[in-house]
Amino acid sequence: MTLDAKIPQGPLAEKWSKHKFDLKLVNPANKRKYDIIVVGTGLAGASAAATLGELGYNVKAYCFQDSPRRAHSIAAQGGINAAKNYQNDGDSVFRLFYDTIKGGDYRAREANVYRLAEVSVNIIDQCVAQGVPFAREYGGLLDNRSFGGSQVSRTFYARGQTGQQLLLGAYSALNRQIHAGKVKMYTRHEMLDVVTIDGHAKGIVTRNMLTGAIDTHAAHAVLLCTGGYSNVFYLSTNAIGSNVTAAWRAHKRGALFANPCYTQIHPTCIPVTGDHQSKLTLMSESLRNDGRVWAPKTAAIAEQLRKGTLKADQVKEDDRDYFLERKYPAFGNLVPRDVASRNAKEMVEEGKGVGGSGFAVFLDFADAIKRLGEETVAAKYGNLFDMYYQITNENPYKQPMRIYPAVHYTMGGLWVDYNLSTTIPGLYALGECNFSDHGANRLGASALMQGLSDGYFVIPYTLGDYLAKIGPKKVDTSHPAFEQTKQDVIAHVNKLLALKGNKTVNEYHRELGHIIWEYCGMARTDAGLRKAKGLIQALKADFWKNAIVTGENEEVNASLERAGRVADFIELGELMIDDALMRKESCGGHFRVESQTADGEALRDDENFAFVAAWEFKGENQPEELHKEPLTFEAVHLSQRNYA
Amino acid sequence: MSNGNMNLTLKVWRQKNAQTAGKFVSYKAENISPDMSFLEMLDVVNESLTHKGDEPINFDHDCREGICGMCSLYINGHPHGPKRGVTTCQLHMRTFHDGETITIEPWRAEAFPIVKDLAVDRSAFDRIQQAGGYVSVNTGGVPDGNAIPIPKVIADEAFNSATCIGCGACVAACKNASAMLFVSAKITQLGLLPQGQPERYRRVQSMVAQMDEEGFGNCTNTGACEAECPKEIKLTNIARMNNDYFSAKLFRQEEIHEQNH
Repeated sequence: MTLDAKIPQGPLAEKWSKHKFDLKLVNPANKRKYDIIVVGTGLAGASAAATLGELGYNVKAYCFQDSPRRAHSIAAQGGINAAKNYQNDGDSVFRLFYDTIKGGDYRAREANVYRLAEVSVNIIDQCVAQGVPFAREYGGLLDNRSFGGSQVSRTFYARGQTGQQLLLGAYSALNRQIHAGKVKMYTRHEMLDVVTIDGHAKGIVTRNMLTGAIDTHAAHAVLLCTGGYSNVFYLSTNAIGSNVTAAWRAHKRGALFANPCYTQIHPTCIPVTGDHQSKLTLMSESLRNDGRVWAPKTAAIAEQLRKGTLKADQVKEDDRDYFLERKYPAFGNLVPRDVASRNAKEMVEEGKGVGGSGFAVFLDFADAIKRLGEETVAAKYGNLFDMYYQITNENPYKQPMRIYPAVHYTMGGLWVDYNLSTTIPGLYALGECNFSDHGANRLGASALMQGLSDGYFVIPYTLGDYLAKIGPKKVDTSHPAFEQTKQDVIAHVNKLLALKGNKTVNEYHRELGHIIWEYCGMARTDAGLRKAKGLIQALKADFWKNAIVTGENEEVNASLERAGRVADFIELGELMIDDALMRKESCGGHFRVESQTADGEALRDDENFAFVAAWEFKGENQPEELHKEPLTFEAVHLSQRNYA
Repeated sequence: MSNGNMNLTLKVWRQKNAQTAGKFVSYKAENISPDMSFLEMLDVVNESLTHKGDEPINFDHDCREGICGMCSLYINGHPHGPKRGVTTCQLHMRTFHDGETITIEPWRAEAFPIVKDLAVDRSAFDRIQQAGGYVSVNTGGVPDGNAIPIPKVIADEAFNSATCIGCGACVAACKNASAMLFVSAKITQLGLLPQGQPERYRRVQSMVAQMDEEGFGNCTNTGACEAECPKEIKLTNIARMNNDYFSAKLFRQEEIHEQNH
């Protein structure tokens, strides 16, 4: 198999316009003859389904939640980037492109990222027209703020709930098309397989989560907009239901999976309090502007803090190690996410972790409060301090916050070409579920931008080209491939329901998370990864022998749903390990201990690893085959990121 | 494994589906940590039920950070429990005391039929939004984002209404099972913004008609919805909706538009 990214010829800035002109069109009268399936209703899915409905296609949209409005895009806080240059501070499409490529540590495709920056400006206009209440200045114009990895103010926001407002905008556009009869919405439906005929995607198999009915659905094309796979770590900032199943089942039907080891770990989350913990909550990066990160100088003091015999504010100044300020005097507490995360992990490993579990360091505002006064600090960060208090019952104005890194985004995903097509013709992947735009590290406020760019402005063009080529001949579920795939799904469900062992699915999931976090988390080594591979294989074998799945198929059965997702996460986990093991360089969120600079920064190996790793499924329990898409850079010069 | 020292008795509503009758079943929740969220406490109970081969308690939940609107438990007589301004997923066990008996029910409203145990069907909310909760613009061809200035106070007020998470606590809290706080939040958001003006009076009529068709009750100004709303959506939204609704019903469309411009 050779991977063809189908990047258009010509200068970078003209590729997308030229490509749009070259793409075939489906005339308005013919659009109604095509059926499109959209799986997932987050920013990418809702925007795609709405826009395709507006164009005249017949859309069927699916989500596992009880309403399309609940997709996890709703939880994004910070904002959305766009190269509007409203602030007159030197922003441009090229600058947004450049920041994103560099932020991704030169492991993303130039052409895709440039297009993303180009359409970013249209997204803001679209959302405003829908009635999204963005933050505004007193003069009535849109307000902006700054985010990491850039020197301009280009982030649009709606208080700390930007994802919610953008998703509700896309949801409203989707609702309009549902009302118009152009989109048929299937809620509480989980996609469990993709149906292919002669190598082309022609439909999906779903399980109705209310009745257990396993059904087939046919269409001319299938769009997967199913989000990321952070929950492979068990604990992450993702919603409990976020899962990799749709993407993974597509992978097993022939769609290549790219860069699975590229995961992003955010340094400032509220730490785990015990084994009961089900998810983690983010504390905004902005807190590091005024908060100072520290750990006790000795393990003995840390022990007293863990036991509660000593309070954090009683620790003498001389007994504190402001380790980021000490090691990175130039950047101090504002080093990039990956560096801050790895250093906190080191402290914990040296026995200097605090909090009940020992998996935390401090983020201290005492100096800021002394300098600025409590009122000013409250004005800047009040809502975050309240959220922290709500969860921990500790007053961060009096005691330093306890923080620890947590997984919250995955850059890897289904491999797609410039048209967002996976390696299965007719099967597309949009938003976080594809790998395309963030390289090895995503910049803040770029996830919302990518989801909406793919859904509103890219797929409506590129999909038409494919549809025009295959023609409008009716596709229905009468082809034997539908029944065959349905039987495969039923067999899989029955296999899960037959598990009546002695360990809950949740316990397996937690164990998987421990393995991935320990060996394929913030720092990865050859030996550790090899060990993890064995552990995961053993876990998989044990799961299929000893897991407990309660109830039956023909009812609401959360135990069954969870089991299917965890089984897929275990398989994905093994591929992540393989990918991390193969990539002997460090880049962005992928830190191989063997490959670092003298200062402990991620050291890329452009000569040997400037490629996208795309993995092909070769059968159950078989090693996957690696395909490489070389990355070539014409517009930017590759350099070592330096924060010293 | 749990790591706390609270022991509680739960009275939980169990119901196989909408067709069968439900009943309260008592469970022990043992070694509960005060740091657990309410849903994590239920996770612990479910893990032990699963180990015994019993069916776990079914409830809706997803983001567990108070924004998706999926969790929906009626705890000790309050939607989302006794604390103000939080969803069930953000309610922590330290709010309760050791030895307490906690009663857990689903949202109760005719328009929200039971799915299973503590989960209900809130698709009526989606259908109300589909009836008119949008600005009719297609993708592309819209003006620049700064073409129409919007006063900051108006944008902020619209945002306050737009923070509704669609959980249904307002309906569960209301003795009439009225959905007017939910419906009025969307009508207010779009009614305040210039983008929402062209369809303002059409929108209020179609959304209210759908709301009535779904079987939600009327508002009698008790204010329980506002008191229980986890996002603290204000009762004034309902006043705005009523104002628009009566304008739409009493005057011809052209007249309303003349009055407003």
